[in-house]
Amino acid sequence: MSTKSAFKDVFGGFKSLLIGLRITLDQFFRRKITVHYPRETLKMPERFRGHIELVLDPVTGKSRCTACSLCERACPSSCILVEGAKLEGAKTKSVTDYKLNFTTCSLCGSCIEACPFDAIQFSKVYNVVGTSRADFDHMDLVKQLEEKRRGWTPPPPAPAAPATPEEPKAP
Amino acid sequence: MIDFLKSEPVLIVLRLIVYLVAIIAFVGLNAAYLVLAERKGAGWFQRRPGPVEVGPWGLLQPIADGLKLIAKQTIVPPGTDGLLFRIAPALMLVPALMCLVTIPYGDVVFGRNINVGLLMVFSFGSIGVFAIMLGGWASRNKYAVISAARIVSQNVAYEIPMLLVVVTMMMVTGTLDLQQIVGQQAGGFWNWNIIRGIWDFGAGHLGSNLLMPVTFLIFFICMLAETNRAPFDMAEAESELVAGAFTEYAGFSWGLFFMGEYANIVVGCSMATVLFLGGWQSPIGVVPVSWGVLGSLVGVCLFLAKMYALIFTVIWIRWTFPRTQFYGLLNLSWKLLIPTSLVTLLLTGALITLRAVR
Repeated sequence: MSTKSAFKDVFGGFKSLLIGLRITLDQFFRRKITVHYPRETLKMPERFRGHIELVLDPVTGKSRCTACSLCERACPSSCILVEGAKLEGAKTKSVTDYKLNFTTCSLCGSCIEACPFDAIQFSKVYNVVGTSRADFDHMDLVKQLEEKRRGWTPPPPAPAAPATPEEPKAP
Repeated sequence: MIDFLKSEPVLIVLRLIVYLVAIIAFVGLNAAYLVLAERKGAGWFQRRPGPVEVGPWGLLQPIADGLKLIAKQTIVPPGTDGLLFRIAPALMLVPALMCLVTIPYGDVVFGRNINVGLLMVFSFGSIGVFAIMLGGWASRNKYAVISAARIVSQNVAYEIPMLLVVVTMMMVTGTLDLQQIVGQQAGGFWNWNIIRGIWDFGAGHLGSNLLMPVTFLIFFICMLAETNRAPFDMAEAESELVAGAFTEYAGFSWGLFFMGEYANIVVGCSMATVLFLGGWQSPIGVVPVSWGVLGSLVGVCLFLAKMYALIFTVIWIRWTFPRTQFYGLLNLSWKLLIPTSLVTLLLTGALITLRAVR
């Protein structure tokens, strides 16, 4: 190594050290990105795939499911079991029992794609905990829907449309 | 009774006891809270908050850690050299405590002002390496022995440029008395050795060491290496050697090694402050000493501010650079630091001789 390149090595190396120090100092003063997990949780993204759940129709406050069992047939691992009954005076069947075997579910989403009524969706539940196996191989989605319904309030009646639309004011 | 208390020998003994307690408390608290600062720093440099669970902002974390260490059993594994294994942690801490005795934290705040203080600090500072070496050797553990071998070679390599720098500083200041060295740097930051070495504003001519910032840099690098701090922590390279020489240590004997390490960092940064950054002198022209007790207090605060700024740099460096390889470490010392420090030494000698001849 020539003397010149040796000097270049030393000064170049020292400069790179200073650049490294500047970068870390820059990070030092930036916002902290840690989420303090049990006290703070992240909002799950739109496309997050938790176990499936029945959709609560915001207008009727009931499930949209008609127990057509298309999801049951679409499921590659046969982990869905739907049963329905025709209620008095109703045109279609409605779901009475919806069991999901989450232990074999691979979250492929075929059931959701198969559903013609948009009655099932992926939930945003990610911290799924249970004390026994039964909590997962017979997840009762109808019961979960009943729990969800407690927080449901019927939407306010739509306001009557004004008789004559307002003229936009001249600027 | 009062007369007896005011007599000279009693005052000296009292002063010694007060300083002994104060220094041990200072070292203990410093070690505890520097660990917290280290962990906080590590977090902040990686955009994490660091410890926050114990106490407000994690401030009680060191106390929890200390309690945990004290509650643990000190295990002496079979086959170790029991005596050496037990005295090595104390041997690590005691020299660092001895160094702190003579460091002037303020115009009146020092344990004992010795007229060879500089010599004393560096002679005791060199003992710390024996502690790690003996601890590693006595452990009867291959990792510990490798670590012991490494630390000897590393310290031999870095002691030389360190002492060459100290000799240069001694030639510049003309004294080994730390209080005098600080006294020479009174009256503003342009009088601190790091700048006064280049141009002496008081006398209006060239200073004694034109490469003073380089000298400071060499001192700082050697200080990092001597205290086994990253990127020179070859002795405790946890990804290669488990915990190096401390592998077999548990509980508070391990804690003592840790305290000694942090005490050494405090000593190193204090010496850098005294030698280069004007000790307890204020950076603007005012002389705080003339304000009496308040002035002394301001001086101590200034000293601590400079020292902790250096310690922050040490932490900053640790969390920026990866650990060097061993040959890189030795190359840096033998090929770069030693020649450079020799050049500064020769230049300083030449300048001083020229001035004397004229």
